[in-house]
Amino acid sequence: MSRTAIEIKTKLLLKKSAGYLLRAVTLLIAVSIAAFALVSVSPVDPVQQYVLAAGGVSAEQRAELEEYWGVNDPPVQRYVNWLASLLHGELGDSLIYRRPVADIVAERFLNSLALMGLSWVMSGVIGFVLGCIMGAKRGKLADRVLKKLCLVLSSLPTFWVGLIFLMVFSVQLGWFPVGFSTPIGALSSEVTVLQRLHHMILPAFTLSFVSFASIALHTREKLIAALESDYALFARARGESERSVIMRHGLRNIMLPAVTLQFASFSELFGGSVFVENVFSYQGLGSAVAEAGLNSDVPLLLAVTLVSALFVFAGNAVADAIYGIVDPRVREGADG
Amino acid sequence: MGDVILQINDLTVEFNMYDGRFSRAPLRVIDALSMTVRAGEVLAVAGSSGSGKSLLAHAILGLLPGNASAGGEMLFKGEPLTPERIRKLRGSEIALVPQSVSYLDPLMRVGAQVAGADRSGGAKLAMKSIFERFALSEETERLYPFQLSGGMARRVLVSTAAISGAELIIADEPTPGMTLEQAVEALRVFRELADEGRAVVLITHDVDLACAFADRIAVFYAGTTVETASAEEFRAGESALRHPYSRALWRALPQNGFEPIPGRQPYAGSLPDGCLFAPRCPMATDECRSGRIPMRELRGGEVRCIHAT
Repeated sequence: MSRTAIEIKTKLLLKKSAGYLLRAVTLLIAVSIAAFALVSVSPVDPVQQYVLAAGGVSAEQRAELEEYWGVNDPPVQRYVNWLASLLHGELGDSLIYRRPVADIVAERFLNSLALMGLSWVMSGVIGFVLGCIMGAKRGKLADRVLKKLCLVLSSLPTFWVGLIFLMVFSVQLGWFPVGFSTPIGALSSEVTVLQRLHHMILPAFTLSFVSFASIALHTREKLIAALESDYALFARARGESERSVIMRHGLRNIMLPAVTLQFASFSELFGGSVFVENVFSYQGLGSAVAEAGLNSDVPLLLAVTLVSALFVFAGNAVADAIYGIVDPRVREGADG
Repeated sequence: MGDVILQINDLTVEFNMYDGRFSRAPLRVIDALSMTVRAGEVLAVAGSSGSGKSLLAHAILGLLPGNASAGGEMLFKGEPLTPERIRKLRGSEIALVPQSVSYLDPLMRVGAQVAGADRSGGAKLAMKSIFERFALSEETERLYPFQLSGGMARRVLVSTAAISGAELIIADEPTPGMTLEQAVEALRVFRELADEGRAVVLITHDVDLACAFADRIAVFYAGTTVETASAEEFRAGESALRHPYSRALWRALPQNGFEPIPGRQPYAGSLPDGCLFAPRCPMATDECRSGRIPMRELRGGEVRCIHAT
């Protein structure tokens, strides 16, 4: 590659990165406004929550609290105040945990990331392999059985699957712990990686149940379309076996959409994790957001909202960027 | 004359169509088609769009879609083309030159596709010499199909057939979208391949080009052949032709009066009883409408018409 070509590529890369950054910032602003507005009009009342927790607060003290938190300021001013402290890196203290929100979010996010990551890989691999089997055997018995199974699985509610798994694998068989992300009563410094993994497997499997059936069905459709395409027909005409057509042409053409779909599925993944973490009492972001909502912990609720928005955005951005890097039609088309 | 490479007797192709909600009715798109191709000749199969010409190519190669089935007899070098046999012959003894660049894998470099699944060095070497012959530069190997120009794509597709060393080449509409020069160039390649001793079936709707490069022309109408004539006869004009449809086709050429045929080709599924061309034929009599007309020999060619002389 010539020097100028490298310069052009670098410039293009910088331009793209700047574009993603701009989109991320505008998205966060929009999400924060929407979340703030929703909290403002909802019955969520941090003062009431504080009063309940502290107990025996007089009317004067209550008024002082309201003054301190600026509850009676106009919403726009409250938003500006909150945004200003956010820009200073100050997310506030959680009302239920009495600890800085940033610490809680960081800790919970790592737990959730491990859970979602494991389930993401499981659902992607299981879904893709199942989809390829169905596509390759299209119309045959294996395809018909697996397809019906996938249709049933994809219509099961996550929390119900979680409860069934808990009953079967944790309570009756005793293979996995009944809940939490670490053994009960153990200090977090003493918990081993193996113990964490042991706690994570069942919730991760439950979470992957939400998506692998739909991934499998999607992969099946894509593979069938590829195997009925003109280029597959021509490959057969040139003497390639069915196996070679699938391996050489089918997989090549369905891999990219499968990977990008998988990255674009972060929003369903996070949505599913809220159910799963609650069913399994898993200490992640999903259970944190439910606790924050139920207990009027506004600082924590807003912080989790922003973090999850950024998380989903990152997934979509990666899905978008992969096309530019992997697909020759985009990659080499940009050169000419 | 060379040996008979491909002989087709009474080929039928039917689609299983859902008729209403529960019943299935076969839709016959190719009916009673017979033809013979010899080594060293180019047989053009000419007819208008929608007459089932591409299906003929796919039927020979055993690549009909799942809901279609073929009947009749196909012989390759005198032996029946069973599904097992065609699977072995595809790509090695029988090659397809498809219609467009969409028949190339969009995500695979051209070189890898032309050389094929065969990873031996021989295939690559053969490709290099074939590319040189078709004036395709070495860079072409590393291009993706979307980067090919129309003419390059055409030459790449032809090169896959040339590289295979197949004795029978079936070219499915190889010229649409090309300039006249490119089309002439492409057909010259097929002529050369035939002159090397291969048999070429050239499926086309371009009667002019077929006349210039083919040895014989089979006229295709509503799913079957109505006449087989030599290219000279087509060049000689109307009076040398046998079937009223062939004559009408000849008159419809720009240099011969540009005179369209009234009416339209019947659709599969609503074919007339008797002669398929009768509804549009000026010579049609009651006899023409009473039953299917068989192919018969006439003046060194073949015709499916009782009035032809």
